[in-house]
Amino acid sequence: MRQILFASLLAAALSAQAANLRWAAQNDVLSLDPHSQNHATSNAILQHAYEGLTRYGKPVGGEYKIEPALATSWKQTSETQWRFNLRKGVKFHDGSPFTADDVVFSFKRIQQPQGTMQIYVTGVKEVVKVDDYTVDFILNGPVPILLRNIRDFRIMSKSWSEKNRSQNVQDYAKKEETYASRNVNGTGPYIIKGWEPDKQIAMTQNKEWWGKLDGNVSDVVYTPIKSDATRVSALLSGDVDMVTDVPVQDVQRLRREPKLKILDGTEVRTIFIAMDQYRDELVYSNVKGKNPFKDVRVRKALNTAVDREAIKRVVMRGLSIPAGILVAPGVHGHTKDIDTFPKADPAAAKKLLAEAGYPDGFEFTLDCPNNRYVNDEKICQALVGMWAKAGLRVKLNSMPFANFIPKILNFDSSAYMLGWGVATYDALYTLQSLVRTKTGGAEGSFNLGRVSDPKLDNVIDAIKIATDPKARDALLREGLVRTRDQFYYVPLHHQMRPWAMKKNVSTVYIADDRPEARFTRIEGGM
Amino acid sequence: MILRRLWEHDLAWSFRRSPVTVVAAALTLACVLGALLSPWLAPQNPFDPAALDLNAAFKPPAWVAGGERAYMLGSDNQGRDILSTLLYGARISLGIGFASVLLSLALGVFLGLLAGYFGGRLDAVLMRVADVQLSFPAILIALLIDGVARAALSPERHDALAIPVLILSIGLSKWVDYARTVRGSTLVERGKEYVQAARVIGRRPLAILLGHVLPNVMGPVLVLATINVGVAIIIEATLSFLGVGVPATQPSLGTLIRIGNEFLYSGEWWITVFPGAALIVLVLSVNLLGDWLRDALNPKLR
Repeated sequence: MRQILFASLLAAALSAQAANLRWAAQNDVLSLDPHSQNHATSNAILQHAYEGLTRYGKPVGGEYKIEPALATSWKQTSETQWRFNLRKGVKFHDGSPFTADDVVFSFKRIQQPQGTMQIYVTGVKEVVKVDDYTVDFILNGPVPILLRNIRDFRIMSKSWSEKNRSQNVQDYAKKEETYASRNVNGTGPYIIKGWEPDKQIAMTQNKEWWGKLDGNVSDVVYTPIKSDATRVSALLSGDVDMVTDVPVQDVQRLRREPKLKILDGTEVRTIFIAMDQYRDELVYSNVKGKNPFKDVRVRKALNTAVDREAIKRVVMRGLSIPAGILVAPGVHGHTKDIDTFPKADPAAAKKLLAEAGYPDGFEFTLDCPNNRYVNDEKICQALVGMWAKAGLRVKLNSMPFANFIPKILNFDSSAYMLGWGVATYDALYTLQSLVRTKTGGAEGSFNLGRVSDPKLDNVIDAIKIATDPKARDALLREGLVRTRDQFYYVPLHHQMRPWAMKKNVSTVYIADDRPEARFTRIEGGM
Repeated sequence: MILRRLWEHDLAWSFRRSPVTVVAAALTLACVLGALLSPWLAPQNPFDPAALDLNAAFKPPAWVAGGERAYMLGSDNQGRDILSTLLYGARISLGIGFASVLLSLALGVFLGLLAGYFGGRLDAVLMRVADVQLSFPAILIALLIDGVARAALSPERHDALAIPVLILSIGLSKWVDYARTVRGSTLVERGKEYVQAARVIGRRPLAILLGHVLPNVMGPVLVLATINVGVAIIIEATLSFLGVGVPATQPSLGTLIRIGNEFLYSGEWWITVFPGAALIVLVLSVNLLGDWLRDALNPKLR
């Protein structure tokens, strides 16, 4: 009897320290398969359960430093070979041990063409098992940012995947579901207990985790709340502890709220419009027999007609940085002097269109997500108005992100809005994903307008293997500037995304918009 | 002469006697006229993207500090003049309201007549279908039909067809009311002598139904239809508020309320309050007219 009493007292004392984090944001995850979709919300959730060989430590002064995760140490043995020593005694959530076989298996899996995560193992030719706790990464050429890349190369259990017939990555574009797209078995600090689509994701602390939490969160409940007003109400009424995408119009008001605090930061994400520059005739346009977006003057006109400052002031309420290049401040390669864009001038845009042979403009459809980026649909609506002033008749086709992504992945779009965050904090990631000619795998993985410029391809391929930092910086600059001057995209702005939370919650702002529960602490009672 | 007879008619008399009804009628008329004449009355065409200026967004109403005469009731997040958008939006709301009521009325009255006159198996089947449908709220059925249409059509086609689809889904969700009312009255009328007389002289069933029975069962149907115009407008507003109605580039009143709802916390109250008020005035006055019509046509209340 006394023992039971003691045990329950102890349990009560322990649970007083542990805390639940109720976190809300706009989006649901697309899949629980860690090799399926390179999607920020999915990555943000899955990083709690699945780990890579490396990870980012707690950022200090905006610096994101790589530290050991499932690998304890590494050594570059030659230009094209790295040796990783794996952490011993790590167990997956189902209890099976983590070994080199799992790394080799995961490498083969992430490379499958139906996924969109290959970028994180870009330049890696092969992963070879040396012994149970040592692997070699054989590279095609030097990969200077390998350690940053593989942070998002997440390790799955070979035996679990085989047992549950999930050796293959889910084919998301074909709406396939597999065991691994609905269930999670990682090594990370939190165990994902369940996912109820559009309702919630519940996580609980992994008591067997090899590391130590830098916070006191034992349970996380993530709730996607699509409506801006409802999300803010949930925070104000105390139904959630933290909202990581506060509607821009409400930031000022929340700052004045004594119960809450705002954590400011610039997300390393750039919002832009992409155009189909591959087909000889656009699918959704009234121009027949040619593709107007292949003409640089038309692309320049699209860029010139946009009033980025007005979007910043009105739609974003000042919470954005107007953009001329595709990477945000904080990403290696971004410098202020190249992040420039043409001044808004509808008349000049009209003139450019006339020069290109469209004196009366033309029609096209703009596909736009309506629940992914800050005010995405409203930005698109504003663009329709701005382009209308230059004579372009744009039909807006907005839809939830879950419908939008398969559509653009199947190239079923003539123009679309997308945002690109940079997990590696290096501009190569963006150039390679968005500008490099699409040849499969990581090359042009989200270059869905199929831009193809041999000069840029050469620059990008040179960046990949450049080892001299100065020469590499010059190449990054060249790539970004040429992309800007050829107007391959219409960059709009770099998104700022303040997080709002209750006063008693403290966490670390992370610029790739992926809050980590392990850095989060909740003081006082529930 | 005709005017004089109209003026002395029972309905006109009871209309004059009820000041609430006169006000409601005036308001309804104002809404309908405003909606019909919106292209001439509205200062701006809010459906034309080239006419919008993002720099004029979030202007408060003219009488509030910072407001401008050009934007009497303020402007929304895209720089649309609220007054113009209200007038255009009311046109969509009223159009969908009337059209869907006409659709459900035609369908419901016809099926009700058939069921009541012929009885038997046809009656049983029609009324069981009606019972099943009655057990769902109308809004749910409208959502279902709209959802099916959305899945069947591509998003682009759906946007172009948004209004017909809405009319269809609201119309199909409300036919039961009419069918049941008409069936009840038809059952009574069927046994009356004038119907038997018509049958004896050899008129065909359809002619009897439309020529003789229909005029005698229309009274309650008209009352129901008037009230249902208000209901249909509310259903349309609800669907648009939920984001499955008309596209945001051509807002109806419900869409406007949805858009404005996002700006309540940040203090731009006028974006949602004016469309909300307009919706209340419109539906309330239509309903008051319907109530009056019900009382005026009810012999027991005379």
